[in-house]
Amino acid sequence: MCLAIPMKVEKVEGDFAVVSSGNVKRKVNLSFVKNVKIGDYLIIHAGFAIEKLNKSEAKKTLEILKELK
Amino acid sequence: MKENKIILSHGSGGKLMHSLIEEIFLKSFKNDILNKLYDSAVIDFGEFEICFTTDSYTVNPIFFPGGDIGKLSICGTINDLSVCGALPLYISASFIIEEGFDVITLEKIVKSMREIAIKSKVKIVTGDTKVVEKGKADGIFINTTGIGIKDKKINLGFEYIKEGDKIIINGDIGEHGLAVLLSRNEFNIKTSIKSDCAPLHTLIGAILKEFKGIKFMRDPTRGGIASSLNEIVKNRNYGILIYEREIPIKKNVLSMCEILGFDPLNIANEGKVIIICDKIESKKLIEKIRKNKYGKKAKIIGEIIKEPKGKVLMETITGSVRIIDMPIGEQFPRIC
Amino acid sequence: MRYIEEYRKPEFQKKIIQYIQKSVNLLKDKINLMEVCGTHTMVIGRYGIRKLMPERINLLSGPGCPVCVTPTSYIDIAIELSKRDDVIITTFGDMMKVPGSYSSLEKERANGGKIIVIYSPYDALEISKKYFDKNIIFLSVGFETTIPSIAQTIKIAKRDGVKNFFILSGNKLIPPALEFLLKEKSSKIDGFICPGHVSVIIGEEPYRFISEKFNIPCVISGFEPFDVLYSIYLILQAIIRKQPKVINEYKRAVKKSGNKKAREIIYEVFDVCDSEWRGIGVIENSGLKLKDKYKEFDVGIKFNIEMKNKEGNKGCLCGKILKGEKTPFDCPLFGKKCNPENPVGPCMVSSEGTCAAYYKYERK
Repeated sequence: MCLAIPMKVEKVEGDFAVVSSGNVKRKVNLSFVKNVKIGDYLIIHAGFAIEKLNKSEAKKTLEILKELK
Repeated sequence: MKENKIILSHGSGGKLMHSLIEEIFLKSFKNDILNKLYDSAVIDFGEFEICFTTDSYTVNPIFFPGGDIGKLSICGTINDLSVCGALPLYISASFIIEEGFDVITLEKIVKSMREIAIKSKVKIVTGDTKVVEKGKADGIFINTTGIGIKDKKINLGFEYIKEGDKIIINGDIGEHGLAVLLSRNEFNIKTSIKSDCAPLHTLIGAILKEFKGIKFMRDPTRGGIASSLNEIVKNRNYGILIYEREIPIKKNVLSMCEILGFDPLNIANEGKVIIICDKIESKKLIEKIRKNKYGKKAKIIGEIIKEPKGKVLMETITGSVRIIDMPIGEQFPRIC
Repeated sequence: MRYIEEYRKPEFQKKIIQYIQKSVNLLKDKINLMEVCGTHTMVIGRYGIRKLMPERINLLSGPGCPVCVTPTSYIDIAIELSKRDDVIITTFGDMMKVPGSYSSLEKERANGGKIIVIYSPYDALEISKKYFDKNIIFLSVGFETTIPSIAQTIKIAKRDGVKNFFILSGNKLIPPALEFLLKEKSSKIDGFICPGHVSVIIGEEPYRFISEKFNIPCVISGFEPFDVLYSIYLILQAIIRKQPKVINEYKRAVKKSGNKKAREIIYEVFDVCDSEWRGIGVIENSGLKLKDKYKEFDVGIKFNIEMKNKEGNKGCLCGKILKGEKTPFDCPLFGKKCNPENPVGPCMVSSEGTCAAYYKYERK
């Protein structure tokens, strides 16, 4: 029950933001996330942002991956 | 066939459509030419062969990024003839038009057909027009039937395919189906994805001239490459193995599939050809294909294998292998 | 940087699989790990993860597919409603092929039923503003990942004074289902792979009872193949060290406290109630119904509809498969009478249903 992907914020327009991933853009609802800025990555599910991607945690996970090499 | 009513999935190029064809049409019409189920009928005329094909177009919306129903109808028929080894020559165009259809729109479609026919050096030589009451056709339906001439020295067919042969595709997959779906604007998603609709006869003609090791070709339209690859192995004594990492796909198509939950292998293409060729010639063949404007992103995506017979396998990016099934009817976007 | 492909590099996979093998070597028995998210089932199948596992690891699929656990009566009611001239049904695509007692939404659409597939519940509300002379009914299924979006859409509908938008309630909650599975003891579960995006909403706390009450470790996992493999490794390590705890592998998206705002909105619009899970039965406090303040959006009230319990199809083992008691290979209908073109139970219909995933990926 979980099809959601990180998408990058291109524009913020009140309750909505335009987000993109690989040149695909969609307007999404921001009711569940605060202080959204351009350049943030949001987890998008069914047209709503359900969370902000934590970039530092994302990088930490990638570090774990690299160490595994 | 369990259904007593036709559903949309019967037209989607997957399992349901195949059972409809087999259990209703083939059952009544069977003959040695039709039974082969190639993209065109190949008819022996002694010194040469004629290829003969027909297709109907019902796309909605009529105009979409990268093309329109007119361009689609001509390219589709050109490609069905080309993949059977023929030089496309003459096309018929038959129109079923809904009462109330806009004349300027009709002119646009016809102009589009003319442009692509001239560019492709095929002549539209005969046709038919019917107008039906409002509500009896979705705007406009076009049927195109094409004939082309084939050199008898060109031998293409399932019987020539053998273990070790390579599988080539001429470029990025999954564009046409998505371009059409998204231009209906039901999902409010903006994208630059364009249909790959294109006539491939110059590309195919050039490679058939130079390479004798080409065994078989198919254009992966409805049902995507998953459908075509399964058609190639069905009831045969070989299987197919493809490599996920080798399949050319644009980033925006991949993103769209991830957002909507689609499998790119099941999405229609209209400017792609799957080529099965001898291993020895494959490297040189790829180089030749890449010289053509419709083959720049060509890749060898897999090979013919001995076992398991009749199945299509894919090595995923984790290194593990899974089965690619014939798709079942229409794909719907998922949230899960 | 898309924060997607970076987690898919094959060289990472190979190393974790070695670590998993080393961990399994330190354990004696067969290890049963259950994932409860249809998308995890899909990822495991799509990337052949089951085949990469050492033999002694058994990956079970639990009731995390909202389509699979929707009762037949829900689909039958949706179909009946679609036949009305004054109704447009709006639904997620997942529901289209689910068989009810006698038909499916896909088949009804072919018969002229007005059924529109939407990507977002908000789009369904937009449709109701466009077709103001029709009753737009949204099939409200899904777990905690999706519920906030539906709740927010209903709030917007109320704010905008929309009178022709309704939902057919079918949402369910994951933690009560997990507790139900563990209480039953019909399957020996050694660890849970918890749904990453449900956890984005509910956080880590709701899973604590699994480790504290039942002594079982669980890992909140993301959805890239790396995430799932790494989560399996983390559960095995917790089992080896006898440290049952809640581990968050998906920290890039899941906060410890989850998304408080999203939860507030859910419980502003919905109350918890009992709910019927197909193949399992009624699980207490596992469903949602509209609060009195929002009852005007309940189609059950508008059209005076009552959900009736219906038996599943004979021979269909979906219920036991969802509970992890049986695999699709144990079902006498699997691959024969029941296959993706002619599904008997929803586990075969949903593209993420256990049986569909097994049929597509696990069958040799």
